[in-house]
Amino acid sequence: MLNTNGVPEKKLVLSKFPDRELLLKPKAITECYEDIPCNPCATSCPFDAIYIGEDINTQPVVDFEKCTGCGICVYNCPGLAIFTVQELDSTNARFKIPFELRPLPEKGETWSGVNRAGEIITEVLIEKVSLKATHDKTALVQVLVPVEYINYFITIRRQI
Amino acid sequence: MRIKEHPILTFEEKKELSFFFDGKEVFGYEGDTIASALHALGVKTLSHSIELHRPRGFYCAIGNCSSCNMIVNGKANVRTCVTLLVENMQVKTQVNKGDIYETN
Amino acid sequence: MKQIDLVIIGGGPAGLSAAKMAAESGLSSLIIERDFKVGGQLVKQTHMFFGSEKQYAKTRGIDIAKILVNDVLKYPELIEIMTDTTVVGLYKDKVVTLLQNDKYIKVQTNAIIIATGASEKVLAFENNDLPGIYGAGAVQTLMNVHGVLPGQNVVMVGSGNIGLIVSYQLIQAGVNVLCVLEAASEIGGYKVHASKLKRLGVDIKTSHSIKKAIGKEYLEKIVIGKLDDKWEFIEGTDEELVVDSLCISVGLSPLSNLLSMIETEMKYVSYLGGLVPLIDKNHETSIENVFVAGDVCGVEEASSAIVEGYLTGLVVAKKLGFVHPNYDELYLDFKDQLQNLRSGPFGEKLRLGLEEIMR
Repeated sequence: MLNTNGVPEKKLVLSKFPDRELLLKPKAITECYEDIPCNPCATSCPFDAIYIGEDINTQPVVDFEKCTGCGICVYNCPGLAIFTVQELDSTNARFKIPFELRPLPEKGETWSGVNRAGEIITEVLIEKVSLKATHDKTALVQVLVPVEYINYFITIRRQI
Repeated sequence: MRIKEHPILTFEEKKELSFFFDGKEVFGYEGDTIASALHALGVKTLSHSIELHRPRGFYCAIGNCSSCNMIVNGKANVRTCVTLLVENMQVKTQVNKGDIYETN
Repeated sequence: MKQIDLVIIGGGPAGLSAAKMAAESGLSSLIIERDFKVGGQLVKQTHMFFGSEKQYAKTRGIDIAKILVNDVLKYPELIEIMTDTTVVGLYKDKVVTLLQNDKYIKVQTNAIIIATGASEKVLAFENNDLPGIYGAGAVQTLMNVHGVLPGQNVVMVGSGNIGLIVSYQLIQAGVNVLCVLEAASEIGGYKVHASKLKRLGVDIKTSHSIKKAIGKEYLEKIVIGKLDDKWEFIEGTDEELVVDSLCISVGLSPLSNLLSMIETEMKYVSYLGGLVPLIDKNHETSIENVFVAGDVCGVEEASSAIVEGYLTGLVVAKKLGFVHPNYDELYLDFKDQLQNLRSGPFGEKLRLGLEEIMR
């Protein structure tokens, strides 16, 4: 339960995902389930694809037609609550996730894939790590994840 | 223990400062407070309660709670969490209310 | 005696913004700060801020501190800053007495803005005074300002935003966070912060609290237990954890002591964190020309403290005859920003609390 241990219920998670056919192209998933005063996702989107409006205590709504999955909102979200996802083919999905820990992963490495409860669920391949000045210290990590975990994968953990 | 690698912050190498803790020469860095320098050396007990002499460390780090008061260069009740470390400082553990005119 | 138009007590987000807005209006001020640098608690906030662009949302607190300090340094003729200086006396005839390096200084002023902020509350449990038990904010200072780790194995008490954020920052610094304890049955802070921790494998134990600390010279172990709906420990639920540090994050109390020195009308409002002054819509207290801004008149986010600082600086300047060229526009904008920051469900208790202190 989100309110008692920080793990959002599956129904909540699915409510933020678009229809599966839209995911053939990369899309941003905003895992923001509360009306908190915050709007950088909306103001940082270069495509006006995220809407919050005048009252900043409103949850973001993504216009999946406009969203290109560029990932700018991913490192601009103060809550690290946004990632992008694309269903590449019948085996893999491609995620772009925010990452603020050390050591940073490197391209080509295999890391553990972790779910929202903090449990290791699979192995994932690191495809790209970008950390430009505009990212302001939040790295954007591109990861290849087995497609069956498309609604479960949330972050990576270094394998020991 | 000091942080070596951090995703957000960079801790530049700073000048080492020598100071004295209960008479023994030890080292901290420029920019340290007395409390942070001692903490980095593993010293957590900074003072003792006046009545029961229970060990005390710092609690607030904003100069408010008095839990980190020590005798610095002969002056008692110095809030070591907001006092910058200076080369050759004499820092001593305080076990009582502190005398105004204690000398080293 | 030193003469100055406006004395601002506290060089944190509220005090700095107040000085900036007063200076923009042409009013000179003196900022008094007891720490060795200004910036307040922003200097250790390594996370990106919430809010909107006007309150520097998505900028890290450490960088907001730099922006606010630079803003103030742009007015060297109008803004004087005294660091390492503690206010020791406040008098109704607007005399403020200071202690700086053992020197006693008297200042005569026309107006005072008290922006002293808040301090971390303590929690009552056996051996709660052992070294190794810290305020969560204190640990944040130790790590993020001085680069020193509190220990290797930490438990956090309290799941409000500070508890959740500092837990995350402990992990970023390389510390093992065993769990976060929350006495209430639900997490107190923003769930985005909670989810961020949970996915890193940190357990957030609701309906749990610390029972006692164990150790001789410093903290070695803690005993935690499960609470029933009356917040009493349930027998047989004790669990012993080996830790070297414990962080207490059970709320903040406004640092309003100075206001009592001039007999300002005060009220205890639990929604605002404790004893706070009664204020009017411009943040003026019951004593004429004594104003308050930031956490001292109700604990909330730093974003609000910044806007309250701007608002107070603006109105104080006007009251002393220095009207900002864009006064009306700015006044409405600051009021609007504050309302926007407080209008969500997380602002409910705050809104009720603020109603209670309106004069």
